[in-house]
Amino acid sequence: MTSMAEKSAVIRMFHVHKRYGAKQALVDATLDIAKNEFLFISGPSGAGKSTLLKLLYLAEPVSEGQILVDGMNLSRIPRRRIPLLRRKFGIIFQDYKLIPSRTVYENVALVLEVRGKKRSLIEKKVKSVLRVVGMEDRLTAYPPSLSGGEQQRVAVARAVAGDPKIILADEPTGSLDDESAAVIFELLNMFYNRGATVVVATHDKTLIENATGRVLQIRQGRLETPPDI
Amino acid sequence: MIFYTQRAIKDILENRFLNVVTTITIALSVLIVSAFGLFFLNAQDMFNAWKKGVRIMVYLAPGTSEAQRLDTRFRLQTIAGIQSIRFISKDDALKLMKERMQRQTSLLDNLRENPLPDAFEVTLVTESNSPEKIEFLAQRIEGLPSVSEVEYGQQWIDRFANFFNLFKLAGYGMGAMFFMATVFIAANTIRLVLYSRREEIHIMRLVGATDNFIKFPFFLEGLIQGLSGGLIGLGMLYAAFSAIGSQFEQTLSAEMVAVRFFSVGVCAAILGGGMVTGLLGCFFSLKQFMKE
Repeated sequence: MTSMAEKSAVIRMFHVHKRYGAKQALVDATLDIAKNEFLFISGPSGAGKSTLLKLLYLAEPVSEGQILVDGMNLSRIPRRRIPLLRRKFGIIFQDYKLIPSRTVYENVALVLEVRGKKRSLIEKKVKSVLRVVGMEDRLTAYPPSLSGGEQQRVAVARAVAGDPKIILADEPTGSLDDESAAVIFELLNMFYNRGATVVVATHDKTLIENATGRVLQIRQGRLETPPDI
Repeated sequence: MIFYTQRAIKDILENRFLNVVTTITIALSVLIVSAFGLFFLNAQDMFNAWKKGVRIMVYLAPGTSEAQRLDTRFRLQTIAGIQSIRFISKDDALKLMKERMQRQTSLLDNLRENPLPDAFEVTLVTESNSPEKIEFLAQRIEGLPSVSEVEYGQQWIDRFANFFNLFKLAGYGMGAMFFMATVFIAANTIRLVLYSRREEIHIMRLVGATDNFIKFPFFLEGLIQGLSGGLIGLGMLYAAFSAIGSQFEQTLSAEMVAVRFFSVGVCAAILGGGMVTGLLGCFFSLKQFMKE
């Protein structure tokens, strides 16, 4: 019999290990992330937070263990189906990862183009998400001409444009000032309230202190519940 | 498709320098290979024209009477495969020789008697131009009474044909090598483009782009580069042909051979070749790059 928690879990990790040569980046991580959960993964730099997220969207393969994402067993996914897995996620990076030679509009539209959406729909959707993040008047701007906070807002728009089930944010406020960080956090909260599952890896203490969701901590590759929360 | 084409054109414009290098490389290769092709085409035409004009010289034995000569002519007329027969008397032959050796006529003036024989110049019908048929006809003519010697240029033509074929083979080999070298250079310049855009490709993958979605604009770029390279190469060749072709035409007018450019079909095939070069360049560089 499967429990309710198991049933509603959108991500399941079973005894996952990740090694880079002799270095253990993640040790025996077992975790269920429920549908529409807001999860924080905290820990110092180099603890393994980014590694954990990378394993979820298969930027890196696991060394040992199993991961299920929305029913897909990652160890059994053929290479050609990896794009389908990644379309389940909206990913936000600390360094934004926007294409500098493409405009704000084109960067966000890319997510829908790869899904083969129609032009008219892409235009409508891109403008709509850019309006939500407050960037609708910078459609034709190129990322290098934007501030860090603005670039991250575009990155958030790109992450949510494809209506993903899960939003992964890897140090989303790491390069931002407090005000911009607050805006990004507000946006993440908004998409969580709209039904998305949000996983944020961060070492930003303010962000964690204000967290409404579950907080997990990674220390030397080990996933644990922090004692003070 | 429109989306991919727009993407490809935009990418070409963004990486102008590398794309120009690839296009010029393809253009130069197309120019060199098709210049050889054009040379062979016209050399083949000229060769065929020479082959068509194969003549057999039938020399009569000294002291052949007019009756014997008429008899030989009659016998020649009965042989199938002969188009025309022209009698060249020994006097006419000497006159012709003197005309051709204008500066050395003093040599001929000292001759006490005309050493040249009477002869028939026999032209063959086109169907009898094969080496075997000429050989057969020559043997038959040689067997006629009053005929002392039969001369024809077949051996020379055969030797030239062998040489020409060897030359053609070398041309094919060189064409193939140029093709491979161009594919290699195209593949490397495209690889440079790929490396300069690896971050962009990485981001595309992260947002769920399939390999085909990433590759398709590059293939289109390869096609566009190949097509433009082909057009530029062919254009340069045509310009050079127009500039020097007319001079050759004048020189060759006596041989009744017209210098010609490639037919539309061949031009299309050359452009197709350019496109295949661009595509293959893309294919090889993408194959390696997408694995990384």
